[in-house]
Amino acid sequence: MKAKKVHYKYAADTSDYVLALSGSEASTQTKERLSKAGHIISLVITYLLLALAGIIIIFPFYWMIITSLKTGAEIKQLQQTFFPKIVRWENYTDAFTRLDFVTLLRNTLIVGIISTLGTVITTILAAYAFARLNFKGRDLVFTFLLASMMIPGEMMVITNYISVSRLGWTNTSNTIGNFAAMIVPFWVSIFYIYLLRQNFKQIPNELYLAAKVDGKSDWEFLWKVMVPLAMPTLTTIFILKLMGAWNSYVWPNLIASGNKKVYLITNGLRETFSTAENPDDYGAQMAATVVVTVPLLLLFIFFRKYIMRGVGRAGIKG
Amino acid sequence: MESKNNWKAWLYLAPVLILLAVFTFYPIISTIYVSFLKNYSYTTGTHKGFTFDNYVAVLTPYSSLGGAMFNRVMKTALPNTLLITIITVPLSIIFSLLIALGLNSIKILKKFFQTVFFMPYVTNAIAIGMVFSVIFSTDYGVFNNIIGAQNLAWIFKTPQSEAVSYWRALFAICFYIIWHSLPYKILIFLGGLQNIDAQYYDAAKIDGAPKWKTALKITVPLLSPQILYMMITSFIGAFKEYNSVIGLFGKSGGNFDINTGPKSMETMVFFIYDQVAKNNVQYASAASVFLLIIILLFTLLQSKVAKKRVHY
Repeated sequence: MKAKKVHYKYAADTSDYVLALSGSEASTQTKERLSKAGHIISLVITYLLLALAGIIIIFPFYWMIITSLKTGAEIKQLQQTFFPKIVRWENYTDAFTRLDFVTLLRNTLIVGIISTLGTVITTILAAYAFARLNFKGRDLVFTFLLASMMIPGEMMVITNYISVSRLGWTNTSNTIGNFAAMIVPFWVSIFYIYLLRQNFKQIPNELYLAAKVDGKSDWEFLWKVMVPLAMPTLTTIFILKLMGAWNSYVWPNLIASGNKKVYLITNGLRETFSTAENPDDYGAQMAATVVVTVPLLLLFIFFRKYIMRGVGRAGIKG
Repeated sequence: MESKNNWKAWLYLAPVLILLAVFTFYPIISTIYVSFLKNYSYTTGTHKGFTFDNYVAVLTPYSSLGGAMFNRVMKTALPNTLLITIITVPLSIIFSLLIALGLNSIKILKKFFQTVFFMPYVTNAIAIGMVFSVIFSTDYGVFNNIIGAQNLAWIFKTPQSEAVSYWRALFAICFYIIWHSLPYKILIFLGGLQNIDAQYYDAAKIDGAPKWKTALKITVPLLSPQILYMMITSFIGAFKEYNSVIGLFGKSGGNFDINTGPKSMETMVFFIYDQVAKNNVQYASAASVFLLIIILLFTLLQSKVAKKRVHY
């Protein structure tokens, strides 16, 4: 530790020495002062630009919240106000009466939780096979799965819609079928298999051998040792998948069109409010979007580390 | 023992493989197949033989439909999709790279800024699209207020305003798409920046290289794997833009002044889903095969370019 520090000091000294050689003594001083000033200026500019970008990023959230508290008259002022003069909480009661929030929340949670649990189970099993078990064609199958991630999902939506409608799952009277159609096709995710496989691979082989000596089967080892150790990654998968259900629009819109009883939150939001110009409606409309956005932000606040880790993993090629 | 392990492994994989076979692999083949069928009825599965008519209808004006599909795909959806892609992909990469470089060079408030810049990621595309449509609203929109304009139509026409110019609508949607796509890119770039060995910067410092030169000559080349990855994934993402259109313009996709450009912000995926909902599965299939080919071509082209430019 100490030796390292000394070495570093020595290195710094040489660089000063080189600088001094390259110019006269006076110019070295001015140079140093200039570079210090330049450093401060560039730091100030960096902070200013970051703050400006940050304001642009935050502004829609801010505007959503304050508009949700404004009266219709204030929204219709020619000069927009940046803080509501009269706070109108009734926008929220309006939003709740128009948006059947209880039903929408229930449906979204049913679809979100069941599809997430299914995905977690299939992911654990597949990731275990790819990470731990030896079988013929393992790498080939895994590469094939990764390659199939390139194909746009729209290719599948068409046929999947035909498949589930042949099963009768799109009939408006078949509520359970509608739910099944929104859940079953999403019980698998190649990206999460990839994520969990990486995690499983990090678990040392000695643990596996020790478990074998103890007479544990593969199955027991998976659920008693691997799964508890991979809990952080599983939490990431759980939360990202739940957020996916909360944000899903396209597929539920195809399945649930005509059966309002099975609408998910995003479909309900889009169906209830029109985008067309109606400033009197903006207050309630923004209140509804706040209601849809806040649960996501709460998830983010509580699970920030898990979310960012999972999302960030996608960019690191392994 | 070996063979026992073999069938056991396949048992572990069975749920995933069965689900993928039914909901991913079979659909890909089936969609390509359906795109070549004549008078296909998806409820009964009947058809009248093979044909190129679906592609002719979608890609050319010379079909029995009198060019209706051609007008929607080649004159509206494809130009919209290409313009959105060409505008949003480079801009969002440049902005996110600049922000990531900025974040990487500061210490105080770094965590705070990181959290702020990640927030658009944890939002509902439809809900925030509705917020943007309020911000860009014509008569009482705050965006018009800020730029000092009155009754300028960005998203919707009102009695007081002129029709929506296509280019304004395009600006609004690109603004929204870039806003929404920054967090993911910033996160990936920041991860890449943190992995760059500090030695390179020390060397640059000793050479007395100015900061911008260090960024351009050291950081960007060393970040090129992430930049390439971001380009490919954002190209694919931009080609599939859909939720942003629904959020901003509603289910109609907008209604613009046709003298200024396409009449709506309908994208390729918008067209595909619309045709599925209208039970025109054959046109949806043909359009999605067309989309797949475009995406594959772009991806291939980029990896070709990358082979020359990317430093690993």
